[in-house]
Formats: sequence, C-alpha cells, structure tokens
Amino acid sequence: MRWIPDAESAALPDPDVSGLAIARLLDGPPPSEEDVRAFLGQGEFPLLEGNRCTFAFLGPADEVRLRHWVYGLPTSEPLHRIDGTSLWWYVLDIPDGSRIEYKLEVRRGNEVEWIRDPLNSREARDPFGANSVACGPGYEAPPWTKVDPAVPAGTLEDRVFQSRALGVRELTIYRPPRFKESRRYPLLLVHDGGDYVRYAALEPVLDNLIHRLEIPELVAVLTHPPDRMEQYRASEAHGRYLAEELVPQLERDLPLLGTPEGRCLMGASLGAVASFATAVQYPGMFGRLLLQSGSFAFSDIGGHGRGPVFDPIADFVNQFRRNPSRVSSKVFMSCGTYESLIYENRSLVPLLERTGMDVRFVEARDGHNWENWRDRLREGLSWLFPGPLWLVYD
Amino acid sequence: MNPPPARIALLGPRQARPNVDEALSALDATGRVALVTAGWQEWEDDEDRVRALVGDRGANLRLYGRAERVWSADPELAAAHHELQERVRALRRAYNVRLARTMEAWIELERLDGDSAVMDSERGDAMDAVRALDRHHEERLRDLRQGFYDRYDPLMRGAVVREREEIRRILGGVAAVVVAGGHVAVLLNRLRLFGMDELFAGKSVVACAGGAMVLGSRVVLFHDSPPWGPGHAEVGEYGLGLYPSVIPFPDGSARLRLDDPGRVGRMARRFAPADCVVLDEGTRLVFRDGAWRADAALRLDASGGIRAWADAS
Repeated sequence: MRWIPDAESAALPDPDVSGLAIARLLDGPPPSEEDVRAFLGQGEFPLLEGNRCTFAFLGPADEVRLRHWVYGLPTSEPLHRIDGTSLWWYVLDIPDGSRIEYKLEVRRGNEVEWIRDPLNSREARDPFGANSVACGPGYEAPPWTKVDPAVPAGTLEDRVFQSRALGVRELTIYRPPRFKESRRYPLLLVHDGGDYVRYAALEPVLDNLIHRLEIPELVAVLTHPPDRMEQYRASEAHGRYLAEELVPQLERDLPLLGTPEGRCLMGASLGAVASFATAVQYPGMFGRLLLQSGSFAFSDIGGHGRGPVFDPIADFVNQFRRNPSRVSSKVFMSCGTYESLIYENRSLVPLLERTGMDVRFVEARDGHNWENWRDRLREGLSWLFPGPLWLVYD
Repeated sequence: MNPPPARIALLGPRQARPNVDEALSALDATGRVALVTAGWQEWEDDEDRVRALVGDRGANLRLYGRAERVWSADPELAAAHHELQERVRALRRAYNVRLARTMEAWIELERLDGDSAVMDSERGDAMDAVRALDRHHEERLRDLRQGFYDRYDPLMRGAVVREREEIRRILGGVAAVVVAGGHVAVLLNRLRLFGMDELFAGKSVVACAGGAMVLGSRVVLFHDSPPWGPGHAEVGEYGLGLYPSVIPFPDGSARLRLDDPGRVGRMARRFAPADCVVLDEGTRLVFRDGAWRADAALRLDASGGIRAWADAS
C-alpha cells in the first residue's frame, strides 16, 4: 500500500522517494515503532543518499516545516507525517558540495517554535544562535579551518581606540607566530572581526595558512562595531575613522608595510559594504579588498526592493555604478549561490573589472553565513597575499 | 660554472641528522662541519633545528646575521642591495606576465588536435618560446647583478671582508659544509654576498632541499597546485653553479602533479638538457669523481613519465 499524503501536503507534488530508505516505510502497512527506530538508526540525519537528502523529525506535532535560507527554494517546506506514527519527513535534492543551514519549525496547537534538528549533530553558530547543517556529497569542512596543535598559534591583544569620528572603539590585534618588531607586515583590517573569530575560525585559519606558507605572516586588526547597522552602510564617518585615524595610528604603533599593497580591507555582508565604501572614499589607499557576500543593493530602475535599511547602500552603489573607478588593485569577492545577494555580487564583478582592477570572484553552493565565508578565506587571502610557499623549500 | 666543490650530496626536505650523517659518510667527510642556515632567516640560530640537523658537530656560519651586520656597517651597500632587490622583483613581475601567456599558448597548442605535420612544429615553436623567455630572464638577472657587482664590488668592501675572513677561518677547520634549505632567495643572496662559491672550493657539501636548489646552475621555483590558482614553474634565479646538469625539485611528489603526464613531460622538455630530479624525503643524489650517483631519486621524463635515476642513466 502506498502512503497517502494528508490534506495539506496533498496539494504538493508527490515526492519521488524511489530507491530511498524512507520508501520502505511508505510502502506497505503503517510502520511499527520498531520500523521507525530502525529507520532512524541507520546513520546521521538528514540522511544523504546520493544527492537526495531526507530530513526527519520524531515527536508530537501538528505541523513541522523545514526552514532554510536557500534563495530559489520556498523558505518554508512542510514535512509529511507518516500516518499512525509521529515520524515526519521531507526529501530535498542537494547538489554536490552544498551546505545548507536550516531549522525545523514545529507547531503544536497555537505554539510555534524554531528548533535545531534533534537528529543532526552538525551545527553552525552565528550571532543569532546556531543552525543545523545539511551537506551535499563531497562537502567537508576544510582541514585548514581546524585548530592543529602542531601549528604555532598567533596572539590576540585587545585594545581600545579613541576615535574623533566614532568615539570609543574596541579592537583586537592578531600578531602572527614568531612576530618580530624588526619585520614589516601586511595589515588585514577585518570588519566584524569578533564574529570572524567566533564563527569563521579566523584564528586557526590565519595560523594554518601562515604555517603552510600560503599567506605571509601578517597582522590582522579585528574591529568590533557597536552599531554595524548604522556604521557599515557606506558611512563616511566610518571611512574617516578607518583611513584617517585607525590605519595611521596602527602604522605608527606596529611594524606594518604601510603601502597600499600591504593594506587589505575585509568584511562580509554589511562588512563588505563598509570595506568597499572605505576604499571608494579613499581611492588608492587600500590595494587589497576581500569582499564576502556584500550587501551591494542597487537599482537600475525603480527601487532596490530590500527595504529602507538598504537605502544608503543603494545610493552608494548606484553612485559607484554611474561613475566606476579603480579604487584598489586586487579585489577578491565571494558569494553563495544560495543567497539572494548573488545577483548584486555578480553584477558588481564586470563593473570592477572594467575599471582595471584585478578581480577574482568565487561562488560556492552555500548561503549567507559564516561558514561559507570561512571556507573561502584560503583562496581569498592567498590570492591577495600569496605566501612564500613558492620560495621556501625546507 | 664555478670550480665545483670536491663532492656534493643533494638531499630532499625535512632532513634529520641520520640522513645528513649518511650523506657525509657517502662523501667520506668526517669530523666537524660548517653549517649554513641563512634560509631560515632570523631564526638561523634555532638550536633545536640545528641540533636536529647535525647534532653537536656543526659550526654555524650565521650568514644571515653576518649580512645584517654588513648592512648596518655599510649603509651604501645596504641601500644598493635593496635597490637591486627591487629591480629583481620588478623583473620577476614582468617575466611572470610573459611566462603566463607563453606557457598558456604552449599548453593550448598541446591540447589542440590537428594535422601533426603542421601542429608538431607549432608546438615545438611554442616550447622554444618558453625556453627562450627563461634564458632571457636568466640573462637579465645576470646583467642586473653584474651591474651591482661592477659598481659596488661587495667582496672588496671592509664590512664584507671582515666577515669573510672569519668565515674562511671557520671553514679552515672543517672538511664539509651542510647547507640547509629555507627561503631560497634569502639564502642565495647571502651565499653570493660572501662569495661562498669560492670559499666552498675543495670542501664536501651536503645540501638539503632549498640548499640543493641554490647550489645548482638554475633555481627553478615550482608548485603545481598553489592555493591561489594554477602555477607555472619559473626560473627564479641563476644559482651558484657548483654542480652540473641537474635541476632539483625538493618535495616534488607533494608539490608536483606527477600523475599528469602533460605537465611532467613539459617540465622535462622545458629544462632539458638538465635533468629534472625529484628530491623527496629520503632521496640522496651524490656527485663525486665527475659523476652522479642516486639513492631513490626520480627523474622527470620528456615523454611524461617518472623514472628511477638508475633506469634512466
């Protein structure tokens, strides 16, 4: 006997489950508790079979939905309950190398809660908490994102900076292992630096890439904005703070190269906007830009469709689009193909290239999240700052 | 080529004392050895690494530190050397722009199907263009450096003479020199500054990884899969020329795509008649009595294969 969908999911196309483990529960008589336990006991969930990913939830509920942020798919998809059980399931096609962050929305009566998948131990943290993670075939967290006890670690030092433009600002300075005052280092200025450390493993990433000689020893200055929603939206005051106050002070205090090629602005989402806007405000000062999933809202005609919060950004990007210029030398951009911002980012690439900037753009099957940004750091940093790998033979 | 040292052994990466001792034995070198660790830069005195390499039998020549003293004592020479390095970097940038295009053309022609009566000669011509560019770059490097030597004659400057006398004194008490790897440009510059090719004359030399690269005639920088994108091997420098006819590729099994016959064959043909030799961990290549002898060394073959040294000889 074939499982018959309930009234709501009957409106959806009958999912093709042929060949999947879930099909054995759907065909034949209603499964027993033992059948359900055996199904759930066969491996990590969501269960990946080829490119088909079966999400499952076991428990009392009136409705369970898959909530994710994959642009192009409905953001909320109902799981189906198998009659006579409290097992809910949903099958999603998931391409090779994909990463999808998600939650389950569980409704019981009038109560609705979003939870991490109790059957899935893979989680990704972000400033709002944590999500469960489903991965397509072939995705593995890169080894260089993990702490390696055999790799010398850099040091972090917290500082407070008094800015004329923005008041008191907190910073963290990363010095590489074997730091020496007698050397001169490139400067990597990281917007949302604390989040990069907490959620994108920035410390082990820098330690590992330096140890592998894939990037040079460098100094990273991590900024912690008290109000990023205001200051990262192409704010001139924020640009002044970076270019006229912070960088000159850092170059007095630390052994930095102090050249455009030795200065990089880096950020994700609004942090990418803040990085790019500062480079535009001070053309030629920052020879390297690392822009991840930039919120580069713009409009060719009509509105940008992203709400009033994006108005100052759209004004800035529209103005740059009208009068593009070569503000830096090398620009690395990345964006997830599951982000709505993929359109804005793809649109920016040819524009930047036409100005004569050397641009590398990388897409990944991932969303607007910190692990996507983490996974692109090796390619971005090593392209902007190639390490001595080419010259060192030990 | 400069007068070669009496005997020389080339070793792969990550060397430890047993390998170095065995290499010294293969050269019949006994007693204390002098040590060059300038490729380690500011860390040339790292005691743990020095001990791991030669135990307590080594006298470190400290060429990196000596060069720093020379720069302090002779600012004119330091500034001139800095300017030379800037020019070398600019030349390298120009070479790499041309190399990328020239290599791509060669690779593209190798992929292109067509009448072999036509295409073979076009492919050969594309390869000749790469070889000519390599020669040109090497000649330009020689011109730049010769200009520096003609004008500043480092070996005659007081600060260098003083350090060199001390180096000569240390070398007087040893039968062999061990040259560790590291940053090959830094290492080569220090060896040149103190005219070490002349001071090595008559000594047995054991050279590890980058040390092996800089003592040859041509220093070829290479990595087939760097994280920033495809890499084309480049002629980084001309070396001290202390041994003939071999271009070493330390850690070649990790850094080269040896399973790609196209890449392997192109590398072998590009640098012929020199032999491209993979110097992996545990490999030893010995030059003595005018001939090479190999222990576990692999040679890149023009047909795209890898052959054991003995098979190819």
